[in-house]
Amino acid sequence: MAYVELKSPPPPKGLAGTIGADLGAIARGLAVTLRHMGQKPVTLQYPEERPTLPPRHRGRHELERHENGLEKCVGCELCALACPAKAIFVEGAENPPEAPVSIGERYAKTYIVNMIRCIFCGFCVEACPTEALQLKRVFELADYSRQSMIYTKEMLLAPAPKKEPEDSWLPG
Amino acid sequence: MIGDLLALIDWNTVFIILLAFIKAFVIVNVLLVIFAYMTVTERKVMGRMQARYGPNRVGPFGLLQPIADGIKLALKEDIVPSQANPWVHTIAPLLSLIPALIIFAVIPIGPSIPLGQPGREWTWFIANINVGYLYAAAIASLGVYGIVLAGWASNNKYSLLGGLRASAQMISYELAQGLAALTVVLMAGTINLYEIVQQQGRSGLPFGLLPIFGWIAFAIYIVAGIAETNRTPFDLPEAEGELGAGFHTEYSGFKWSMFFMAEYVNMVNVSALAIVLFLGGWWPMIGAWIGVPGLDGILGPIFFVLKIAFFMFCFIWLRTTLPRLRYDRLMNLGWKFLFPAALLNLTATAVWVALWPRGWWPFV
Repeated sequence: MAYVELKSPPPPKGLAGTIGADLGAIARGLAVTLRHMGQKPVTLQYPEERPTLPPRHRGRHELERHENGLEKCVGCELCALACPAKAIFVEGAENPPEAPVSIGERYAKTYIVNMIRCIFCGFCVEACPTEALQLKRVFELADYSRQSMIYTKEMLLAPAPKKEPEDSWLPG
Repeated sequence: MIGDLLALIDWNTVFIILLAFIKAFVIVNVLLVIFAYMTVTERKVMGRMQARYGPNRVGPFGLLQPIADGIKLALKEDIVPSQANPWVHTIAPLLSLIPALIIFAVIPIGPSIPLGQPGREWTWFIANINVGYLYAAAIASLGVYGIVLAGWASNNKYSLLGGLRASAQMISYELAQGLAALTVVLMAGTINLYEIVQQQGRSGLPFGLLPIFGWIAFAIYIVAGIAETNRTPFDLPEAEGELGAGFHTEYSGFKWSMFFMAEYVNMVNVSALAIVLFLGGWWPMIGAWIGVPGLDGILGPIFFVLKIAFFMFCFIWLRTTLPRLRYDRLMNLGWKFLFPAALLNLTATAVWVALWPRGWWPFV
Protein backbone atom coordinates (compact mmCIF):
# COMPACT_ATOMS: atom_id res chain seq x y z
CA MET A 1 0.00 0.00 0.00
CA ALA A 2 1.46 3.37 -0.96
CA TYR A 3 1.51 6.08 1.64
CA VAL A 4 3.03 9.52 1.93
CA GLU A 5 5.88 9.86 4.36
CA LEU A 6 5.41 13.13 6.23
CA LYS A 7 8.81 13.15 7.89
CA SER A 8 10.97 15.66 6.01
CA PRO A 9 14.71 15.05 5.68
CA PRO A 10 17.12 17.27 7.67
CA PRO A 11 18.20 20.41 5.77
CA PRO A 12 21.38 19.77 3.76
CA LYS A 13 24.60 21.42 4.86
CA GLY A 14 26.91 23.25 2.50
CA LEU A 15 27.05 23.32 -1.30
CA ALA A 16 27.96 19.67 -1.70
CA GLY A 17 25.14 18.68 0.66
CA THR A 18 22.63 20.78 -1.29
CA ILE A 19 23.73 19.33 -4.60
CA GLY A 20 23.62 15.82 -3.15
CA ALA A 21 20.16 16.34 -1.68
CA ASP A 22 18.85 17.79 -4.95
CA LEU A 23 20.30 14.99 -7.05
CA GLY A 24 18.92 12.45 -4.58
CA ALA A 25 15.46 14.00 -4.85
CA ILE A 26 15.60 13.94 -8.64
CA ALA A 27 16.81 10.33 -8.60
CA ARG A 28 13.95 9.30 -6.30
CA GLY A 29 11.47 11.04 -8.59
CA LEU A 30 12.92 9.32 -11.65
CA ALA A 31 12.71 5.98 -9.84
CA VAL A 32 9.01 6.55 -9.14
CA THR A 33 8.17 7.25 -12.78
CA LEU A 34 10.26 4.33 -13.98
CA ARG A 35 8.57 1.98 -11.52
CA HIS A 36 5.16 3.09 -12.72
CA MET A 37 6.13 2.24 -16.29
CA GLY A 38 6.09 -1.43 -15.33
CA GLN A 39 2.58 -1.47 -13.94
CA LYS A 40 -0.54 -2.19 -15.93
CA PRO A 41 -2.39 0.97 -16.98
CA VAL A 42 -5.58 1.58 -15.05
CA THR A 43 -7.33 2.83 -18.18
CA LEU A 44 -10.52 1.00 -19.13
CA GLN A 45 -10.55 0.44 -22.89
CA TYR A 46 -14.18 1.45 -22.83
CA PRO A 47 -16.05 0.41 -25.95
CA GLU A 48 -14.36 -3.00 -25.85
CA GLU A 49 -14.14 -3.41 -22.10
CA ARG A 50 -17.23 -2.70 -20.03
CA PRO A 51 -17.08 -1.15 -16.60
CA THR A 52 -18.41 -3.12 -13.64
CA LEU A 53 -20.65 -0.60 -11.97
CA PRO A 54 -21.73 -0.87 -8.33
CA PRO A 55 -25.30 -2.18 -7.82
CA ARG A 56 -26.53 1.14 -6.54
CA HIS A 57 -25.09 3.15 -9.42
CA ARG A 58 -27.44 6.00 -10.32
CA GLY A 59 -27.99 5.81 -14.03
CA ARG A 60 -31.13 5.81 -16.15
CA HIS A 61 -34.59 5.85 -14.53
CA GLU A 62 -36.88 2.86 -14.70
CA LEU A 63 -40.49 2.52 -13.65
CA GLU A 64 -40.92 -0.84 -11.97
CA ARG A 65 -43.82 -3.27 -12.12
CA HIS A 66 -45.33 -5.68 -9.68
CA GLU A 67 -44.87 -9.36 -10.34
CA ASN A 68 -48.35 -9.45 -11.88
CA GLY A 69 -47.40 -6.80 -14.42
CA LEU A 70 -49.25 -3.90 -12.83
CA GLU A 71 -47.27 -0.69 -12.46
CA LYS A 72 -45.97 0.25 -9.06
CA CYS A 73 -46.32 3.96 -9.83
CA VAL A 74 -49.53 5.46 -8.45
CA GLY A 75 -49.07 8.90 -9.98
CA CYS A 76 -48.57 10.76 -6.70
CA GLU A 77 -46.08 13.21 -8.24
CA LEU A 78 -43.85 13.15 -5.17
CA CYS A 79 -40.83 12.43 -7.39
CA ALA A 80 -41.55 15.53 -9.45
CA LEU A 81 -41.85 17.50 -6.22
CA ALA A 82 -38.57 16.17 -4.88
CA CYS A 83 -36.64 16.78 -8.07
CA PRO A 84 -34.19 19.67 -7.55
CA ALA A 85 -33.61 20.02 -11.27
CA LYS A 86 -37.32 19.93 -12.16
CA ALA A 87 -36.60 17.20 -14.63
CA ILE A 88 -39.69 15.07 -13.95
CA PHE A 89 -43.21 15.73 -15.08
CA VAL A 90 -46.01 13.45 -13.89
CA GLU A 91 -49.69 13.67 -14.73
CA GLY A 92 -51.84 11.37 -12.67
CA ALA A 93 -55.25 10.03 -13.59
CA GLU A 94 -57.97 7.86 -12.06
CA ASN A 95 -57.14 4.20 -12.34
CA PRO A 96 -59.92 2.61 -14.41
CA PRO A 97 -61.26 -0.29 -12.27
CA GLU A 98 -62.17 -2.40 -15.32
CA ALA A 99 -58.60 -2.22 -16.77
CA PRO A 100 -56.26 -1.23 -13.90
CA VAL A 101 -52.83 0.11 -14.79
CA SER A 102 -51.50 0.36 -11.26
CA ILE A 103 -52.53 -1.24 -7.99
CA GLY A 104 -53.63 2.08 -6.47
CA GLU A 105 -56.59 4.38 -7.04
CA ARG A 106 -54.57 6.46 -9.42
CA TYR A 107 -51.89 5.85 -12.00
CA ALA A 108 -49.38 7.94 -13.97
CA LYS A 109 -51.02 8.91 -17.22
CA THR A 110 -47.95 10.82 -18.33
CA TYR A 111 -44.48 10.29 -16.95
CA ILE A 112 -41.66 12.32 -18.52
CA VAL A 113 -38.05 12.60 -17.44
CA ASN A 114 -35.96 15.23 -19.12
CA MET A 115 -32.51 13.64 -19.20
CA ILE A 116 -30.83 16.93 -20.12
CA ARG A 117 -32.02 18.42 -16.82
CA CYS A 118 -31.61 15.33 -14.66
CA ILE A 119 -28.60 15.46 -12.33
CA PHE A 120 -28.93 11.81 -11.22
CA CYS A 121 -29.14 12.74 -7.55
CA GLY A 122 -31.65 9.99 -6.77
CA PHE A 123 -33.98 12.18 -4.70
CA CYS A 124 -36.90 10.99 -6.82
CA VAL A 125 -36.10 7.42 -5.82
CA GLU A 126 -35.99 8.37 -2.16
CA ALA A 127 -39.28 10.27 -2.48
CA CYS A 128 -41.16 7.41 -4.16
CA PRO A 129 -43.61 5.87 -1.64
CA THR A 130 -44.22 2.70 -3.68
CA GLU A 131 -40.61 2.04 -4.77
CA ALA A 132 -41.78 2.36 -8.34
CA LEU A 133 -38.91 4.52 -9.50
CA GLN A 134 -35.40 3.10 -9.67
CA LEU A 135 -32.13 4.42 -11.09
CA LYS A 136 -30.53 1.64 -13.08
CA ARG A 137 -26.96 0.94 -14.16
CA VAL A 138 -27.58 2.20 -17.70
CA PHE A 139 -25.19 5.06 -18.28
CA GLU A 140 -24.87 5.44 -22.07
CA LEU A 141 -27.48 8.14 -22.44
CA ALA A 142 -25.80 10.39 -25.00
CA ASP A 143 -27.79 11.22 -28.11
CA TYR A 144 -27.85 13.71 -30.94
CA SER A 145 -31.01 15.75 -30.32
CA ARG A 146 -32.72 17.45 -27.42
CA GLN A 147 -36.00 15.82 -28.36
CA SER A 148 -34.54 12.35 -27.97
CA MET A 149 -33.41 13.19 -24.46
CA ILE A 150 -37.03 13.53 -23.30
CA TYR A 151 -37.81 10.08 -21.93
CA THR A 152 -41.49 9.22 -22.01
CA LYS A 153 -43.32 6.68 -19.93
CA GLU A 154 -43.07 4.01 -22.63
CA MET A 155 -39.32 4.32 -22.62
CA LEU A 156 -38.99 4.31 -18.86
CA LEU A 157 -41.39 1.48 -18.04
CA ALA A 158 -39.88 -1.86 -17.18
CA PRO A 159 -40.84 -4.59 -19.66
CA ALA A 160 -44.02 -6.39 -18.67
CA PRO A 161 -43.55 -9.90 -17.30
CA LYS A 162 -44.72 -12.63 -19.63
CA LYS A 163 -48.38 -13.34 -18.93
CA GLU A 164 -49.13 -16.91 -17.97
CA PRO A 165 -52.92 -17.49 -17.98
CA GLU A 166 -53.13 -20.35 -15.45
CA ASP A 167 -51.60 -18.56 -12.46
CA SER A 168 -52.66 -15.04 -13.46
CA TRP A 169 -55.46 -13.39 -11.55
CA LEU A 170 -55.53 -10.49 -13.96
CA PRO A 171 -59.05 -9.55 -15.06
CA GLY A 172 -59.89 -10.39 -18.63
CA MET B 1 31.31 22.38 -78.52
CA ILE B 2 29.22 20.55 -75.98
CA GLY B 3 31.95 17.95 -75.74
CA ASP B 4 34.43 20.67 -74.78
CA LEU B 5 32.08 21.95 -72.06
CA LEU B 6 31.53 18.49 -70.71
CA ALA B 7 35.27 17.95 -70.59
CA LEU B 8 35.53 21.01 -68.35
CA ILE B 9 33.23 19.53 -65.73
CA ASP B 10 34.99 17.89 -62.84
CA TRP B 11 32.75 14.89 -62.44
CA ASN B 12 34.22 14.01 -59.11
CA THR B 13 33.14 17.38 -57.66
CA VAL B 14 29.69 17.06 -59.22
CA PHE B 15 29.35 13.65 -57.67
CA ILE B 16 30.36 14.93 -54.24
CA ILE B 17 27.92 17.86 -54.40
CA LEU B 18 25.12 15.62 -55.62
CA LEU B 19 25.83 13.14 -52.84
CA ALA B 20 25.72 15.97 -50.29
CA PHE B 21 22.32 17.01 -51.64
CA ILE B 22 20.98 13.49 -51.43
CA LYS B 23 22.34 13.05 -47.90
CA ALA B 24 20.86 16.37 -46.80
CA PHE B 25 17.48 15.38 -48.24
CA VAL B 26 17.59 12.01 -46.50
CA ILE B 27 18.69 13.48 -43.17
CA VAL B 28 16.03 16.18 -43.16
CA ASN B 29 13.37 13.61 -43.90
CA VAL B 30 14.70 11.20 -41.30
CA LEU B 31 14.71 13.99 -38.73
CA LEU B 32 11.10 14.84 -39.53
CA VAL B 33 10.08 11.18 -39.31
CA ILE B 34 11.87 10.96 -35.96
CA PHE B 35 9.92 14.05 -34.90
CA ALA B 36 6.63 12.49 -35.95
CA TYR B 37 7.30 9.27 -34.09
CA MET B 38 8.80 11.04 -31.09
CA THR B 39 5.45 12.75 -30.54
CA VAL B 40 3.64 9.43 -30.37
CA THR B 41 6.46 7.77 -28.40
CA GLU B 42 6.45 10.59 -25.91
CA ARG B 43 2.71 10.36 -25.41
CA LYS B 44 2.86 6.60 -25.02
CA VAL B 45 5.83 6.56 -22.64
CA MET B 46 4.38 9.38 -20.58
CA GLY B 47 1.10 7.52 -20.53
CA ARG B 48 2.74 4.35 -19.25
CA MET B 49 4.55 6.31 -16.57
CA GLN B 50 1.20 7.75 -15.51
CA ALA B 51 -0.52 4.32 -15.50
CA ARG B 52 -2.49 4.90 -18.71
CA TYR B 53 -2.09 3.73 -22.32
CA GLY B 54 -1.55 6.86 -24.39
CA PRO B 55 -2.70 6.96 -28.02
CA ASN B 56 -3.59 3.44 -29.20
CA ARG B 57 -6.59 3.96 -31.48
CA VAL B 58 -5.19 5.10 -34.85
CA GLY B 59 -3.63 2.13 -36.56
CA PRO B 60 -1.93 -0.79 -34.79
CA PHE B 61 -0.71 0.35 -31.35
CA GLY B 62 -1.53 3.93 -32.35
CA LEU B 63 1.35 3.96 -34.83
CA LEU B 64 -0.57 6.00 -37.39
CA GLN B 65 -1.29 8.71 -34.82
CA PRO B 66 1.37 11.12 -36.22
CA ILE B 67 -0.26 10.91 -39.65
CA ALA B 68 -3.64 11.76 -38.17
CA ASP B 69 -2.08 14.60 -36.20
CA GLY B 70 -0.30 15.86 -39.28
CA ILE B 71 -3.49 15.87 -41.36
CA LYS B 72 -5.33 17.62 -38.55
CA LEU B 73 -2.65 20.32 -38.23
CA ALA B 74 -2.34 20.83 -41.98
CA LEU B 75 -6.09 21.32 -42.34
CA LYS B 76 -6.39 23.81 -39.50
CA GLU B 77 -6.98 27.45 -40.19
CA ASP B 78 -3.82 29.54 -40.22
CA ILE B 79 -4.70 32.45 -37.95
CA VAL B 80 -2.68 35.65 -37.96
CA PRO B 81 -3.88 38.09 -35.28
CA SER B 82 -5.17 41.33 -36.83
CA GLN B 83 -2.70 43.51 -34.92
CA ALA B 84 0.24 41.17 -35.49
CA ASN B 85 3.09 41.78 -37.89
CA PRO B 86 2.17 39.26 -40.62
CA TRP B 87 5.64 38.98 -42.14
CA VAL B 88 7.50 38.36 -38.94
CA HIS B 89 4.68 36.16 -37.73
CA THR B 90 5.15 33.95 -40.81
CA ILE B 91 8.95 33.96 -40.85
CA ALA B 92 9.40 33.22 -37.13
CA PRO B 93 8.50 29.48 -37.28
CA LEU B 94 10.87 29.04 -40.23
CA LEU B 95 13.64 30.78 -38.30
CA SER B 96 13.05 28.31 -35.54
CA LEU B 97 12.85 25.16 -37.68
CA ILE B 98 15.58 25.72 -40.28
CA PRO B 99 18.50 26.11 -37.80
CA ALA B 100 17.29 22.99 -36.04
CA LEU B 101 17.42 21.03 -39.30
CA ILE B 102 20.77 22.28 -40.58
CA ILE B 103 22.77 21.58 -37.42
CA PHE B 104 22.82 17.92 -38.38
CA ALA B 105 25.00 18.69 -41.41
CA VAL B 106 28.16 18.53 -39.30
CA ILE B 107 27.27 15.64 -37.03
CA PRO B 108 29.18 12.47 -37.90
CA ILE B 109 27.02 9.45 -37.14
CA GLY B 110 29.56 6.86 -38.25
CA PRO B 111 33.17 6.37 -39.30
CA SER B 112 34.14 6.84 -42.92
CA ILE B 113 34.41 3.69 -45.03
CA PRO B 114 37.18 3.68 -47.65
CA LEU B 115 35.90 2.63 -51.07
CA GLY B 116 38.99 1.15 -52.72
CA GLN B 117 40.29 4.14 -54.69
CA PRO B 118 42.40 6.60 -52.71
CA GLY B 119 40.42 9.66 -51.75
CA ARG B 120 37.11 7.94 -52.36
CA GLU B 121 35.19 7.06 -49.20
CA TRP B 122 31.70 6.81 -47.93
CA THR B 123 31.14 9.33 -45.16
CA TRP B 124 28.41 9.36 -42.54
CA PHE B 125 28.21 13.14 -42.42
CA ILE B 126 27.33 15.86 -44.92
CA ALA B 127 30.18 18.24 -44.13
CA ASN B 128 33.31 17.64 -42.11
CA ILE B 129 34.38 21.16 -41.28
CA ASN B 130 37.21 22.08 -38.96
CA VAL B 131 35.01 24.39 -36.88
CA GLY B 132 32.36 21.70 -36.41
CA TYR B 133 31.30 22.44 -32.88
CA LEU B 134 31.47 26.18 -33.45
CA TYR B 135 29.09 25.81 -36.38
CA ALA B 136 26.66 23.70 -34.34
CA ALA B 137 26.72 26.13 -31.40
CA ALA B 138 26.27 29.14 -33.69
CA ILE B 139 23.33 27.64 -35.56
CA ALA B 140 21.73 26.39 -32.33
CA SER B 141 21.76 29.91 -30.92
CA LEU B 142 20.16 31.23 -34.11
CA GLY B 143 17.09 29.19 -33.23
CA VAL B 144 16.24 31.58 -30.41
CA TYR B 145 15.49 34.30 -32.98
CA GLY B 146 12.51 32.33 -34.18
CA ILE B 147 11.09 32.15 -30.68
CA VAL B 148 11.77 35.77 -29.78
CA LEU B 149 10.36 37.06 -33.06
CA ALA B 150 7.32 34.80 -32.69
CA GLY B 151 6.68 36.28 -29.27
CA TRP B 152 7.16 39.80 -30.54
CA ALA B 153 5.20 39.45 -33.77
CA SER B 154 2.14 37.99 -32.07
CA ASN B 155 1.30 41.33 -30.41
CA ASN B 156 0.28 39.48 -27.27
CA LYS B 157 1.81 40.28 -23.91
CA TYR B 158 2.01 36.65 -22.86
CA SER B 159 3.69 35.67 -26.10
CA LEU B 160 6.16 38.50 -25.68
CA LEU B 161 6.92 37.36 -22.14
CA GLY B 162 7.47 33.85 -23.45
CA GLY B 163 9.81 35.16 -26.13
CA LEU B 164 11.76 37.24 -23.61
CA ARG B 165 12.04 34.29 -21.28
CA ALA B 166 13.32 32.15 -24.14
CA SER B 167 16.00 34.64 -25.06
CA ALA B 168 17.13 35.14 -21.46
CA GLN B 169 17.16 31.40 -20.82
CA MET B 170 19.00 30.51 -23.99
CA ILE B 171 21.65 33.20 -23.51
CA SER B 172 22.19 32.11 -19.89
CA TYR B 173 22.51 28.43 -20.59
CA GLU B 174 24.46 28.77 -23.81
CA LEU B 175 27.40 30.06 -21.79
CA ALA B 176 27.53 27.04 -19.52
CA GLN B 177 26.93 24.72 -22.47
CA GLY B 178 29.68 26.32 -24.51
CA LEU B 179 32.13 26.16 -21.62
CA ALA B 180 31.33 22.51 -21.01
CA ALA B 181 31.93 21.78 -24.69
CA LEU B 182 35.11 23.82 -24.55
CA THR B 183 36.40 21.44 -21.90
CA VAL B 184 36.14 18.66 -24.45
CA VAL B 185 37.74 20.83 -27.09
CA LEU B 186 40.63 21.45 -24.72
CA MET B 187 41.07 17.77 -24.04
CA ALA B 188 40.81 16.79 -27.69
CA GLY B 189 42.77 19.72 -29.07
CA THR B 190 40.36 20.16 -31.98
CA ILE B 191 36.86 21.50 -32.74
CA ASN B 192 36.40 19.08 -35.61
CA LEU B 193 33.59 16.81 -34.47
CA TYR B 194 34.79 13.83 -36.52
CA GLU B 195 38.25 14.10 -35.02
CA ILE B 196 36.82 14.44 -31.48
CA VAL B 197 34.96 11.17 -31.92
CA GLN B 198 38.00 9.44 -33.42
CA GLN B 199 40.10 10.46 -30.43
CA GLN B 200 37.58 8.96 -28.04
CA GLY B 201 37.66 5.76 -30.06
CA ARG B 202 41.45 5.65 -30.06
CA SER B 203 41.69 6.13 -26.30
CA GLY B 204 38.77 3.83 -25.64
CA LEU B 205 37.29 6.12 -23.00
CA PRO B 206 34.78 8.83 -23.98
CA PHE B 207 35.33 12.33 -22.64
CA GLY B 208 32.11 12.27 -20.67
CA LEU B 209 33.34 9.28 -18.68
CA LEU B 210 36.73 10.76 -17.79
CA PRO B 211 36.93 11.15 -14.03
CA ILE B 212 35.84 14.46 -12.52
CA PHE B 213 36.49 16.91 -15.38
CA GLY B 214 34.65 14.89 -17.96
CA TRP B 215 31.81 14.05 -15.58
CA ILE B 216 31.27 17.66 -14.57
CA ALA B 217 31.41 18.90 -18.15
CA PHE B 218 28.99 16.19 -19.26
CA ALA B 219 26.51 16.94 -16.47
CA ILE B 220 26.61 20.67 -17.17
CA TYR B 221 26.23 20.06 -20.89
CA ILE B 222 23.17 17.88 -20.38
CA VAL B 223 21.43 20.31 -18.01
CA ALA B 224 22.18 23.24 -20.28
CA GLY B 225 21.11 21.20 -23.29
CA ILE B 226 17.71 20.49 -21.80
CA ALA B 227 17.36 24.19 -21.05
CA GLU B 228 18.37 25.01 -24.63
CA THR B 229 15.60 22.87 -26.07
CA ASN B 230 13.00 24.47 -23.77
CA ARG B 231 11.98 21.10 -22.42
CA THR B 232 10.52 20.43 -19.01
CA PRO B 233 11.78 21.27 -16.35
CA PHE B 234 13.05 24.31 -18.25
CA ASP B 235 9.98 24.93 -20.41
CA LEU B 236 9.44 28.44 -19.11
CA PRO B 237 9.07 30.07 -22.55
CA GLU B 238 5.90 28.09 -23.14
CA ALA B 239 4.82 27.61 -19.50
CA GLU B 240 1.18 26.63 -20.08
CA GLY B 241 0.10 27.50 -16.59
CA GLU B 242 1.57 30.97 -16.51
CA LEU B 243 1.74 32.23 -20.08
CA GLY B 244 -0.84 30.17 -21.90
CA ALA B 245 1.65 28.45 -24.25
CA GLY B 246 3.92 31.51 -24.31
CA PHE B 247 5.51 32.37 -27.63
CA HIS B 248 3.24 30.14 -29.70
CA THR B 249 -0.07 31.21 -28.17
CA GLU B 250 -1.05 33.01 -31.37
CA TYR B 251 0.07 30.25 -33.71
CA SER B 252 -2.12 27.60 -35.23
CA GLY B 253 -2.02 24.86 -37.81
CA PHE B 254 1.14 24.27 -39.74
CA LYS B 255 3.06 27.23 -38.36
CA TRP B 256 2.48 25.97 -34.84
CA SER B 257 3.61 22.51 -35.84
CA MET B 258 6.85 24.01 -37.16
CA PHE B 259 7.68 25.19 -33.63
CA PHE B 260 6.83 21.73 -32.43
CA MET B 261 9.11 20.17 -35.04
CA ALA B 262 11.91 22.56 -34.10
CA GLU B 263 11.65 21.56 -30.46
CA TYR B 264 11.88 17.85 -31.20
CA VAL B 265 14.58 18.17 -33.83
CA ASN B 266 16.55 20.27 -31.35
CA MET B 267 16.21 17.44 -28.86
CA VAL B 268 17.82 15.13 -31.40
CA ASN B 269 20.53 17.72 -32.07
CA VAL B 270 21.37 18.22 -28.42
CA SER B 271 21.48 14.46 -27.92
CA ALA B 272 23.65 13.97 -31.00
CA LEU B 273 26.09 16.68 -29.96
CA ALA B 274 26.27 15.32 -26.42
CA ILE B 275 26.98 11.86 -27.84
CA VAL B 276 29.64 13.19 -30.20
CA LEU B 277 31.36 15.30 -27.54
CA PHE B 278 30.97 13.16 -24.45
CA LEU B 279 29.86 9.62 -25.20
CA GLY B 280 32.20 8.62 -27.96
CA GLY B 281 29.87 9.08 -30.93
CA TRP B 282 29.56 5.84 -32.86
CA TRP B 283 32.01 3.95 -30.65
CA PRO B 284 30.74 1.72 -27.92
CA MET B 285 30.72 3.38 -24.51
CA ILE B 286 34.04 1.91 -23.41
CA GLY B 287 36.67 0.61 -25.80
CA ALA B 288 36.61 0.38 -29.58
CA TRP B 289 34.95 -2.08 -31.96
CA ILE B 290 36.85 -5.32 -31.90
CA GLY B 291 37.11 -7.69 -34.83
CA VAL B 292 36.39 -7.25 -38.52
CA PRO B 293 37.82 -4.02 -39.92
CA GLY B 294 35.14 -2.06 -41.72
CA LEU B 295 32.44 -3.47 -39.49
CA ASP B 296 32.49 -0.26 -37.45
CA GLY B 297 31.24 1.55 -40.56
CA ILE B 298 28.00 -0.40 -40.31
CA LEU B 299 27.75 -0.93 -36.56
CA GLY B 300 28.72 2.65 -35.77
CA PRO B 301 25.59 4.40 -37.05
CA ILE B 302 23.40 1.75 -35.40
CA PHE B 303 25.11 2.39 -32.09
CA PHE B 304 24.79 6.13 -32.59
CA VAL B 305 21.05 5.82 -33.19
CA LEU B 306 20.68 3.64 -30.10
CA LYS B 307 22.44 6.28 -28.02
CA ILE B 308 20.13 8.96 -29.44
CA ALA B 309 17.12 6.79 -28.59
CA PHE B 310 18.37 6.51 -25.02
CA PHE B 311 18.76 10.26 -24.79
CA MET B 312 15.27 10.79 -26.17
CA PHE B 313 13.85 8.41 -23.60
CA CYS B 314 15.64 10.39 -20.88
CA PHE B 315 14.09 13.60 -22.21
CA ILE B 316 10.62 12.05 -21.89
CA TRP B 317 11.47 10.55 -18.53
CA LEU B 318 12.58 13.91 -17.14
CA ARG B 319 9.49 15.58 -18.52
CA THR B 320 7.25 13.11 -16.77
CA THR B 321 9.12 13.40 -13.50
CA LEU B 322 10.16 16.97 -12.87
CA PRO B 323 7.99 20.05 -12.38
CA ARG B 324 8.85 23.37 -13.99
CA LEU B 325 11.44 25.56 -12.30
CA ARG B 326 10.52 28.96 -10.94
CA TYR B 327 11.99 31.71 -13.09
CA ASP B 328 14.44 33.13 -10.53
CA ARG B 329 15.58 29.61 -9.66
CA LEU B 330 16.23 29.00 -13.35
CA MET B 331 18.40 32.10 -13.58
CA ASN B 332 20.16 31.25 -10.32
CA LEU B 333 20.93 27.76 -11.55
CA GLY B 334 22.27 29.06 -14.84
CA TRP B 335 24.33 32.01 -13.66
CA LYS B 336 25.27 31.22 -10.09
CA PHE B 337 25.85 27.50 -10.36
CA LEU B 338 26.31 26.08 -13.85
CA PHE B 339 28.29 28.99 -15.27
CA PRO B 340 30.87 29.21 -12.42
CA ALA B 341 31.07 25.45 -12.24
CA ALA B 342 31.74 25.19 -15.97
CA LEU B 343 34.31 27.97 -15.73
CA LEU B 344 36.14 26.32 -12.83
CA ASN B 345 36.03 22.99 -14.58
CA LEU B 346 37.43 24.52 -17.74
CA THR B 347 40.24 26.23 -15.83
CA ALA B 348 41.12 23.05 -13.98
CA THR B 349 41.13 21.09 -17.23
CA ALA B 350 43.30 23.73 -18.86
CA VAL B 351 45.81 23.49 -16.03
CA TRP B 352 45.78 19.73 -16.24
CA VAL B 353 46.27 19.72 -19.99
CA ALA B 354 49.05 22.32 -19.68
CA LEU B 355 50.89 20.31 -17.01
CA TRP B 356 50.72 17.08 -18.99
CA PRO B 357 51.01 18.30 -22.57
CA ARG B 358 51.33 14.88 -24.11
CA GLY B 359 48.11 15.45 -25.96
CA TRP B 360 46.16 12.82 -24.18
CA TRP B 361 44.67 12.16 -20.81
CA PRO B 362 47.03 10.84 -18.13
CA PHE B 363 44.41 8.56 -16.56
CA VAL B 364 44.07 6.50 -19.68
